[in-house]
Formats: sequence, C-alpha cells, structure tokens
Amino acid sequence: MLSENEKIKHLYNRAGFGMTVNDWKTKTNFQQEVDKLFQQKSYQSLQAVTLEEVQEAKDKMKTLAKEDVKDLKQLMKANVFELNNLWLNEMVHSEAQLQEKMALFWHGHFACRSVNPYYDQQYLDIIRKNALGDFKILLKEISFTPAMLQFLNNQQNKKDHPNENFAREVMELFTLGRGNYTEQDVKEAARAFTGYGFDKTGIFKFRTQQHDYGMKNFQGKSGDFSGEDILQFILEKKECAYFITKKIYSFFVNDLVDENIVQQLSIQFYQSNYDIKSLMKTIFSSTWFYDAKNIAAKIKSPVELITGMFRLIPTSFEKDESKIFLQRTLGQVLLNPPNVAGWPGGRSWIDSSSLLFRMRLPQIIYYDKELDIEPKEETPETKMQMQQMQLADGFVKKFASKKLAATSDWSEITTYFSTGSETVNEIISMVLANKPAAAAIKTLKFNTDTSNKEKEIKSAMIHVLSLPDYQLC
Amino acid sequence: MNRRNFIQTTGLASASLMLPKFLKAQEKNAAINSDKILVIVQLTGGNDGLNTVVPFENDLYYNARPNIAIQKKEALKLTNQLGLNPAMIGFRNLFDEGKMCLINNVGYPDPDRSHFRSMDIWHTASNSNEYKSSGWLGRYLDEQCGDCDQPTQVLEIDDTLSLALKGNNVKGLALKDAKRLYGTTIDPFIHQLSKQPVSGDHHHDNAAYLYKTLAETVSSADYIYKTSKIFQSTATYPNHQFGKSMKTISEFIISGINTKVYYVSLGSFDTHFNQQKRQGVLLQQLSETVEVFMNDIKKNGKADDVLLMTFSEFGRRVQENASNGTDHGTANQIFLFGNSLKKNGIYNAAPNLSDLDDGDLKHSVDFKNVYATLLKKWLNTDEQKILGNKFSYLDFI
Repeated sequence: MLSENEKIKHLYNRAGFGMTVNDWKTKTNFQQEVDKLFQQKSYQSLQAVTLEEVQEAKDKMKTLAKEDVKDLKQLMKANVFELNNLWLNEMVHSEAQLQEKMALFWHGHFACRSVNPYYDQQYLDIIRKNALGDFKILLKEISFTPAMLQFLNNQQNKKDHPNENFAREVMELFTLGRGNYTEQDVKEAARAFTGYGFDKTGIFKFRTQQHDYGMKNFQGKSGDFSGEDILQFILEKKECAYFITKKIYSFFVNDLVDENIVQQLSIQFYQSNYDIKSLMKTIFSSTWFYDAKNIAAKIKSPVELITGMFRLIPTSFEKDESKIFLQRTLGQVLLNPPNVAGWPGGRSWIDSSSLLFRMRLPQIIYYDKELDIEPKEETPETKMQMQQMQLADGFVKKFASKKLAATSDWSEITTYFSTGSETVNEIISMVLANKPAAAAIKTLKFNTDTSNKEKEIKSAMIHVLSLPDYQLC
Repeated sequence: MNRRNFIQTTGLASASLMLPKFLKAQEKNAAINSDKILVIVQLTGGNDGLNTVVPFENDLYYNARPNIAIQKKEALKLTNQLGLNPAMIGFRNLFDEGKMCLINNVGYPDPDRSHFRSMDIWHTASNSNEYKSSGWLGRYLDEQCGDCDQPTQVLEIDDTLSLALKGNNVKGLALKDAKRLYGTTIDPFIHQLSKQPVSGDHHHDNAAYLYKTLAETVSSADYIYKTSKIFQSTATYPNHQFGKSMKTISEFIISGINTKVYYVSLGSFDTHFNQQKRQGVLLQQLSETVEVFMNDIKKNGKADDVLLMTFSEFGRRVQENASNGTDHGTANQIFLFGNSLKKNGIYNAAPNLSDLDDGDLKHSVDFKNVYATLLKKWLNTDEQKILGNKFSYLDFI
C-alpha cells in the first residue's frame, strides 16, 4: 500500500508533469488533490502569431531574393517554435496540469504537423480547449481544422478524384483502429468528406462543387452521407470508445494493458457519451491505478522529462531555442510529431545514445557542461519552413559543441532539504517514482559532493536526476 | 534465433560465458570475421537522380531542364545513353573497375513527397499507407541478436540513432567518435551505475531495461574503442564530415569489430534553388569518399566482404522549377559498390521520361525488393520476418 504522499506523487507524475517543491509542501491530502485536478480552471489560448503576420511573411517570401537577416528575424516571430515554447511553458507553470497533460496525449493521438504556424495555433487550441471535454466535439473540431485537413490531403479530396488519406486515418488512427472497418468503408467515407477544405484565412470551407452528393454505403448503412454523418456512425460504434480508452490507459497507466479494466472503462466512456473528464476521474480515483505494477512503469517522454525537471528546479535559458534543441536531441519536438501515428512512446524513446544524453542532461543544464551532441538534420518541407529552420539549424550547429547557458533557481530546493540529515535518501523519496536498487543508492552517495550542505543538496539532486530511475514515472 | 546465427553472434557460447566482456568480444570477432558487411549511405533531402545519372541522348530530359541539365559533353559516360554527373569521377572509376552496380528507378507505390514521411517509409520498409515504429535494420538486429549483450552488430556513425536502426527489442548504436563515446562512458558515476547487477526481468520491467541498456552501452563503447585501436587507416580521406565518417567505418571494419551493418548520412540534397553548385559539391563529397573507402578496404583485404549502398528518400521532379532547382519527386537510383557484385554496370533500364505520372517518374523497382535481396543474399537472414512479406530477390548479388 502506498502512503498518501506516494499516491499524490504518482498522481502528479501521470496526471501532470511531476510535483514542484511548493507542491510537496501544500499537497498532502490525496482525495483533495484528485478532486482539485478536475476543478474548472479558466482557459487561455496560446497566441504566438496572427493570421496577418503569417500572410505578410508568406508575401515577403515571394520577393525575398537574398537572405535578409531583418526579414528572417521577423519570420522568427511567426514561428511554430514560439508556439512550442509557449506550450512548454504552460506544462511547466500551469495550475491546469491535467489539461496540459491530456492535451499532450491528444497531440500524440491526433498527431499533426503544419507548415503554417497560424494553423498550428488553431490546432493546438482545439486539443487544449477540449482536452477534458466531449470527445465527440474534439473529434469533429480536429477533423475539420485546416492543419489536419492539409496534413491529410483533404484539400485534394474532390468528387472526381477522391483522396482517401483523411478518411483512412480518421478510422485507423483516430477512432476505430485496424480491423473495425473495411477498405470499402474507407472509399465511401472518403466520398463523404469530398469538398471539406479551408480557405486562406484558416476557416473551414465546405465546397459544394467538389462534394459527392451520391449514395454511399458505409458500415451497412446507405444514404447521401456527409462527413459529419460518417463521424457520427463511427462514434456510435463501441469499438471507438474501446480504441480511445485503451490508448488512454497505456498513456496514463501502463503500456501493458489490463484488458478487463480497459473493457470496463470503455463501457463507461461509451455510456457517458464520450465524457473525457469522467473517464479520467474514474482512472485517477481507482485503487488499481495505485497498484505496485503501475508505479514507475512508464518511460518518460522527452517532453515529460524536461518539463518535470523545470518544475522541480525553475530554469531559464539565455535563448528559447535551447528548449527546441533539447526536444530535437531527445527525439520529441512539440507540434512536430514524426507522422500521423504520433510518437510510438515507451521503450522507443530509449537507445544507447538517447539514454546517455538523458543521463548527462542534468549536468549539462545545471553544471553548464558542454553539450557535445548534434541532433540530426531535418530537411524542411517548404520554403517557409526552410527559412525558419535555417535559423534553428544555425543555432543547433552553433550550440552543438557549446553550452546551453541556463540559469536555475535552487533556493527552494536547498531550503527544503536544509534541515534533513539523510539528503540523498530524502531527495530520492521526493523525486523518484520508485526507490532505486541498493547499489545505485550506494553509487549516488559515493559521488555526492559533501563539502558543504548546499553543495551536497545540489550535487545529490543532480545525480538523482541523472539516474536511469529518473527516466521512469 | 537458429543455432547457426547464435554461434555467429555470440562466438563459442558456452566457453565465452566464463570470459570477461572484452575477451568475449574478441572471441566474437573470430567467428564473425568471415561474414559479410553492409554499409548504407543515406543521401538526405532527396537527391536529384536525373542530374546524377544523366540521360544525355534524351531530348525530353533537355526540354524539361533548359537551365540545369548536365550537358552531354560534361557527363561522365557510362554507356552510349547514360553518364554520371561530372562531379562523380570516383564513381566512374569504380564503374570502370567493375565494382559498381546502378539500379535505376527505385521507389514504392503511392509515393509520398514529404521528406519526413518518405524517409520514414524507407526506414521502416512500410507501405505508404501504414506506420511502423521500428526500422528494417533494427528488426534485422531483433532477428540476429535477440539477447546479445552488445548492440554493436548495427552501428550508425552519428550522435543520434536513426529510426532505421531501431528494432522492436534491440536497437543499434550511434557514435561519431569511438574515443568520445568511450570518454562519456568512463565518467565514474555512469560507469559505476553500469556495473551494478541488473535485478528484475528486462522484458517486463522498465528499470531493468534501462540498466541493461546502460550496461550494454558502456561495454559496447569499451569494446569498440579498444578494438578500433587495432587499425589506423593510412589512406587519405577527404577532409569533411562524411570523409571522416567513412574513415571511421573503414577502421572499424579492418580492426575486425563485429558490426555487420554500418549506417551513415550525407546531406542535404534538397536543391530547390541553384541546384547545380550545391548538388555538385555533395556528389563530389560522396563520390571521392566512396572511392577512397573502397580502395582502402581493398588494400586491407576486405574487398570481398563489403557491400556499400546509397539511397535517397525520393528523386526530384523531371521538370526544373523557376529557381534553377527541382522540387520533390518520386523514384530514384540506388548505387551499389563491391567486389562481389554478380551484375556490375547498369542493372536495369533508365526511367522512361515519356511515361510520367503527373510529371513524376514511375518507379520500376520497389526498394523492398532491394532490401529483401540484401537481407537474404548478403546478410543471410530470414528477410520475410524482417519485412513482413515476401519480396522477390534481385540478382545483383
């Protein structure tokens, strides 16, 4: 059985991005903490760029003969990276931890990358705003947002030349999963989505001229179905609730799925008419969520890893791009998932190089050690992206052999641990999801600088954050 | 894993259990030295195939590219129809020596024109409408090396690991510099942690998995660093990153490290603007380095054991664009180099420029047939398990 504090730690590892020092002091009643997660918080959209700025930048691109530094700097403003930073910041600082964590889940689920930062911004707003809301509304809004329609080629889905990409991914990756629809369903659904596009201003446009108004046969039903009809039919299938529930379970609870629990949860999710909030409340209030097999069972994604560290030790960087650099090197850049299937997660985060880098990372940030690593070059897909990435790549190259120049605030940490006598053990119990093996604790103690109390706390903390065990939550 | 593979990858299994890791690793080499080695060079960014292998008698080519076509007199002639980009003297020399095989027009059905997605497809060997989270060489490692204690069978010369080298259970190792990786792993804290006994079952327990990965990394770094000191190449490699990487690969091979697949990238070939200069520079880097590498390997008696392949995520559109460049296209050529090629020269017909798909080449060879051939006929493994389907073999080896 876990203590109240251990339960709160587990809850915050999964429903949020880990605890802050202040959380250690103030969050002591487990039941209250579960309830607080679900209390309504005022919602704020993140704005990095306006439509006008993007259009201005696009116009400039056409005339830009040589790389004019001034123009490029302006472009940086209209940059997806800024949105990335804004969101990462929310994950670190927001009180609405569950909303941001859930939005991260939906980002991997409805994975999408856009070449237009304004479309990205619209997309992000949908997954954050609806993160704990009604899955039916989330599905509809995300399906008809320009970023997604563009990403899945639905602008090219026209009556005379249907493009099946959007219809296929909606069923395969967003709602039903393989085996619950036929190739014929894909074809018919694609016809129903013909003419669903958007205009230059980022507004959904139904183009009647391009829409196929003929009869469609979808999953045993026939009629002149629209795209909305198809989504409705999909949502009526219990398989959809099961598919989503299972994915939520593996993201929030354990990669190894307990079939019985997922079945029960999915029935509840279906009967609640796809209420995400009540599903999550059931999960975090259950006793099985706190079973030993679910503790420290997950490998942190790169974003979880760095946000967790920044929550613990407030950290700022001379340049915001440092945070992009970290995401790229660790293999997860927000708003830039590998493909529509999202990040595979779990053990795929870890290989020899990524593990060594994760273990060196606390020293790189907090002892200002050299980075000594260069992430892979990524080829930009468009002219717009190319200009943005030249800057980012220039930064990456420049910084690869240098330092991140981070400033961190250790005052709360040092105060918190100043009175204890068992610094290493105390830090372990607060910071790690699970106690490491005795040999690792011995190594920690052996390597901790004990010349004075402040150094001891800092050194012990940095070593704890460098452990393989800190990669788990 | 069958018995043959088991012995291949672990040496004399029973005896080696008693030996320290370093000696164990040396023992492995003895069993593996006779084996075949594959070197893969990824041309990142979409290399323009039509200006790499130039159809200099084809009016359609010159009509489509009034500004950036390679002129007949400049092309390095391979046949009376096809010639190489003038920057590729090294490739031409290897062609003349019978060590090059050119497979034209390689691609896959329903091609994707996004760099990222198309590279994904080449890395995972998936169809264009499916998503796999493991790479083809990673799955080769899964097959070959289910419980190896060192993932050194597949190495990438870079700081981070490509998807191609990530298996479902086992992953390859990325390193740019053996000494630097070794330096990182002898950091006392990291080293001590790597030596602690792993409790728990790494198949189910993630903590055990992480400590096992750490232990393998540290022991691999040690093995590679110490073994690679055996041979220092005296050949003069060009002084750029790709040259350095190929020199590293040569030294690893000749030192007898137990690696069977090396992976290295060169880029970026994404030539939307002023293509000729940029592509020329990159093709020269590629060509001059590969020639030095093949000669180095030959001089050191490994010529029969090494096969090198180049690929790119796609070729480019036939028609040049308005900025003296080319945009994203489809099919592209693959080059193979080695002593053991059954067919050298030009393997198949050049792309048909009069039969295009909306301005793009129609592929005539699926890259998965090339992978199947390499896996089966060169690396001698069960390629169907790795690729998920049966693909017929080509007969270049």
